[in-house]
Amino acid sequence: MGVELTTTRLEDAAKWAKSSMLDKATGWGRKFSLFSYPFVTACCGMEFMSVAGPKYDIARFGAEFPRFSPRQSDLLMVVGTVTEKQGPALKRVFDQMAEPKWVIAFGVCASTGGFYQNYHTMPGADQVIPVDVYIPGCPPRPEQVLDALILLMDRIQSGRGHSQLRDKREQLIATSQDEG
Amino acid sequence: MAQKVLDAVKASHAAAIEHTESQHGDEIIWVKRDQLLAVATWLKTEPTMAFDAPVFCTCIDRLDWRPLGVPPSQRWTEDKPRFEVVYQLRSTQHRFRIRLKVAVSESDARVPSLASLWPAFDWQERETFDMYGIRFDGHPDLRRIYLYDEFVGYPLRKDYPKDKRQPLVRRDDLPINPIKRPSIFDDHGKAK
Repeated sequence: MGVELTTTRLEDAAKWAKSSMLDKATGWGRKFSLFSYPFVTACCGMEFMSVAGPKYDIARFGAEFPRFSPRQSDLLMVVGTVTEKQGPALKRVFDQMAEPKWVIAFGVCASTGGFYQNYHTMPGADQVIPVDVYIPGCPPRPEQVLDALILLMDRIQSGRGHSQLRDKREQLIATSQDEG
Repeated sequence: MAQKVLDAVKASHAAAIEHTESQHGDEIIWVKRDQLLAVATWLKTEPTMAFDAPVFCTCIDRLDWRPLGVPPSQRWTEDKPRFEVVYQLRSTQHRFRIRLKVAVSESDARVPSLASLWPAFDWQERETFDMYGIRFDGHPDLRRIYLYDEFVGYPLRKDYPKDKRQPLVRRDDLPINPIKRPSIFDDHGKAK
């Protein structure tokens, strides 16, 4: 079951090496061409502008291009407080994004609800969508955002994003069902 | 400044007023509920008053509230009015400002709407209804303005639990373990 790492058969070894190199190449390509969709709801948006601006310049990491259509983006940045009323909209935006896709929760409000503990605030965007990287801070420093982006790029390269892991999990389930 | 307004309203609508207060330079008129529309209409149309600017409409929940020095046994109870509906008005012509208050009990939380006099009170009364559940009689379109229609209850009432949430949507794709391992617990929850 799964990929055998040790094999004496030449074609198996070649197949494994090829797929692994292909994974590496696609991961390399994906991590340097992140198209972000800023789901900006609150004051963290100012800090997002600072990150996107020339001083901190998220473009150095290939994520400079905010797309304002979720269908053209693969990185959802949830920037700011998410209310319960916005939950369906956030889920719809996430569902419209093309696979594979990644999510960054920008700031404590998007991560945990922050200092809001009341009737209207969702306790973190991960109540509705799977989040890959959480950035604490109210608002976070631009350096933290860049750090989180580099962390996410590592995950993309090694295939550990939520949507990538879900694909692998579904493949595992399919192969285990095929085997009986 | 607005003492003139107090005196004028007392003179013209003596039967409609419960009492008046002055606090930090603001004059407050406690109006009887069934007379609110008459007093407000007079304040708007009377040329010496000419209250043309509606400032805000809100509500105060006096559950558990008591002034300093009042023993706990004399706190607000069911039969005492729990809510105060507050209208703040301003006259830009004469530079008056006045605050109208109506005491409303929890069981009969109804107030005549002033949206027909000042259209800006339309959304403010909807907000007050949304947060406190005060019904405004005669309002053209009384429904929730901030919260969603699925929301049950009124969140700014003091007896609404402060961390009670009413989610519209939650994740349905939480990771599940595809490999079923035999449980180490028996049916009674004890380790085998």
